[in-house]
Amino acid sequence: MITLTDVSKTFTLHNQGSAVIAVIDKANLTVAPGECVALTGASGAGKSTLMRMIYGNYLTQSGSIRIGDVDLVQAQPRDVIALRRAKLGYVSQFLRVVPRVPTLDVVAEPLRVLGIPAPAAQDRARALLTQLNIPQRLWGLSPTTFSGGEQQRVNIARGFAHPYPALLLDEPTASLDPHNREIVLSLIADAKARGAAIIGIFHDAEARDRLCDREIDVGAFTPQAVA
Amino acid sequence: MTPLLSVQGITKHYGAHIGCADVSFDLYPGEVMGIVGESGSGKSTLLNCMAGHLAPDAGRVVFDTRKPSEGDAADHENHGPRDTVTMSEPERRMLSRTDWAFVHQHARDGLRMGVSAGGNVGERLMAVGARNYASIRDQATDWLGRVEIDAGRIDDRPTTFSGGMQQRLQIARNLVTGPRLVFMDEPTGGLDVSVQARLLDLLRGLVRDMGLSAIIVTHDLAVVRLLADRIMVMKSGRVVESGLTDQVLDDPQHAYSQLLVSSVLQV
Amino acid sequence: MTDQAYNFAYLDEQTKRMIRRAILKGVAIPGYQVPFASREMPMPYGWGTGGVQVSAAVLTPDDTLKVIDQGADDTTNAVSIRSFFERTAGVATTTATRAATVIQTRHRIPEEPLTEGQILVYQVPIPEPLRFLEPRESETRKMHSLEEYGLMHVKLYEDISRHGHIATSYAYPVKVEGRYVMDPSPIPKFDNPKLSGTPAIQLFGAGREQRIYALPPYTQAVSLDFDDHPFTPSKADHPCGLCAATESYLDEVITDDQGGRMFVCSDTDYCTARQAAGHKGKDAA
Repeated sequence: MITLTDVSKTFTLHNQGSAVIAVIDKANLTVAPGECVALTGASGAGKSTLMRMIYGNYLTQSGSIRIGDVDLVQAQPRDVIALRRAKLGYVSQFLRVVPRVPTLDVVAEPLRVLGIPAPAAQDRARALLTQLNIPQRLWGLSPTTFSGGEQQRVNIARGFAHPYPALLLDEPTASLDPHNREIVLSLIADAKARGAAIIGIFHDAEARDRLCDREIDVGAFTPQAVA
Repeated sequence: MTPLLSVQGITKHYGAHIGCADVSFDLYPGEVMGIVGESGSGKSTLLNCMAGHLAPDAGRVVFDTRKPSEGDAADHENHGPRDTVTMSEPERRMLSRTDWAFVHQHARDGLRMGVSAGGNVGERLMAVGARNYASIRDQATDWLGRVEIDAGRIDDRPTTFSGGMQQRLQIARNLVTGPRLVFMDEPTGGLDVSVQARLLDLLRGLVRDMGLSAIIVTHDLAVVRLLADRIMVMKSGRVVESGLTDQVLDDPQHAYSQLLVSSVLQV
Repeated sequence: MTDQAYNFAYLDEQTKRMIRRAILKGVAIPGYQVPFASREMPMPYGWGTGGVQVSAAVLTPDDTLKVIDQGADDTTNAVSIRSFFERTAGVATTTATRAATVIQTRHRIPEEPLTEGQILVYQVPIPEPLRFLEPRESETRKMHSLEEYGLMHVKLYEDISRHGHIATSYAYPVKVEGRYVMDPSPIPKFDNPKLSGTPAIQLFGAGREQRIYALPPYTQAVSLDFDDHPFTPSKADHPCGLCAATESYLDEVITDDQGGRMFVCSDTDYCTARQAAGHKGKDAA
């Protein structure tokens, strides 16, 4: 489902003497449907960078990143957007939303952009919010005012609203209490069971061991000059 | 898939000064594109050339015109992609009040301040031949509701409205004829932050529900991040970088884009 | 007596020729506002300088002239214009509608149907029907040329939303032969149906605004309206106090300080003729 072939990335800092920093060199990685792969490595090794490249958020200089039959490196913006809407989900560490929009609509939005009518999309959103223990009295409020843990759970609900065949998870269990952590882990396990290809960054070693079939040390892709 | 709008080599000079130079891109149905850059970068010139307010010195603005409906008197051969720069003025003006919409930065440029809210919304309907008062009024009421203006204000003039309400009224007035392409010039400029958020949410909903394509000119990177699928960064009349919005903002490649992104004040 | 110091009908022949060209163009394009080089006239703007120039250009020594002001032959404006042409053109004058060949009018169309061969000349203060909604002349001309008249209906929409009905009661816009929207000058909308299909030539002159436009004989002029708020010509719901006419346009006349009032025909010639024929209203002496 997700295939990286000889993927490389450099940052050029034009405003700092045009310094060129190579961060990923010839990364190769394949994740099959129903498989969960953890990215590991020391802090700064490039785990988040690689994940952002797989989402198309960071530009990849060379190689190919195939999600299903689309090569993200070559794709037009509109193809990337279509891919993100239907096939490629991403749960980041931070919630980024339009202020003022009620939580229920924030969670339902990924379904609304796929053309699912509001009532059905909101039913799904309600079910996820209930499952993730967001009190009903908060559903009508914007999540921008919520605590860190609540925001993270809203973010997860939003990321799991649509059953994406490929999922990227960046620290999904960070800042969660043990009870909610269990719920999130079961959501991930369910996604895996239905055949989603998952790539995750988990600092939570116990969660990683439970969910992941393999670990990939991103340090292996770090260019030698930097290492 | 045919692009809804295909901009090809648009160039506009003001004497020896470059307004914009050799700008090309395709916009597909349902896409929202942001054009960012500092004041004087040529983004407004480009927008006005595309919307037919300015005649470009060179280039084409090809719009995929609608097929006339069955039994329509219009020329059945004359639809599909057409260059709006060379199209006759009556045709272009007709386009600009049916399939196109233009949201001005200052609501007073896009509204008739001496005409009631209902009359402002109804004008485009009457311009395309609506002649039933009750149905015009019903549609105006419906649109005021959609942009969150109380129906009780339908007979009030926009001069009695707040800045945010005026801007929402301008949007209703533009969208009432169901356009397919909306040009927006700094739609949230001049509004305070909480009003901006409300307007952005409204625009997102309308774009999604009506399947609109839009071109938004702004210098506010937060606005494009929330509204636009892709962006073009302009500097001195030229496009220096373009791509997926979050990719350009989070991983800018061109020196100027990097400067622009790093210049945003953090809250 | 003609004052020999003046050219016939005051204006010099070159000016009359220029105005006639504008009139001919106006007749050829019904409802279209033709610019012309309006001259200074020996009367202030707002007193009919446009109408007077058009009348001067069409008058011949054989014509019989009638001048009315809001239907009346005996008000200041009508009397002074009539004496102006008596003095400068020496033409015959009359108050009888049917005897006149040229009728200059301010804000009325005579009650008696006009006939072929007659010319009705209107005095026009503001010829542009779109003016109050779109102040830019460059834009209104473009709107006329591209037939973009949605704005006219915005004006009527505003009327209905404010008053519950179309409250415009004079200078009510018409569409001429399905093409140009035209301001018929400030005639009451009661007179609007008479604009359409008239055997007479109708000429409109705006002196200050330097525009001439025309309706040739038997030209269709349709009053704008909405499907569910159709145009209705209206008048005061009374018979004339002097001649008992029920079909004529009436003026309300205050008769004392106690709220006494009477309604009388605004067309004095029509009313006088009816009284002479023996019709008698409730207020007639």
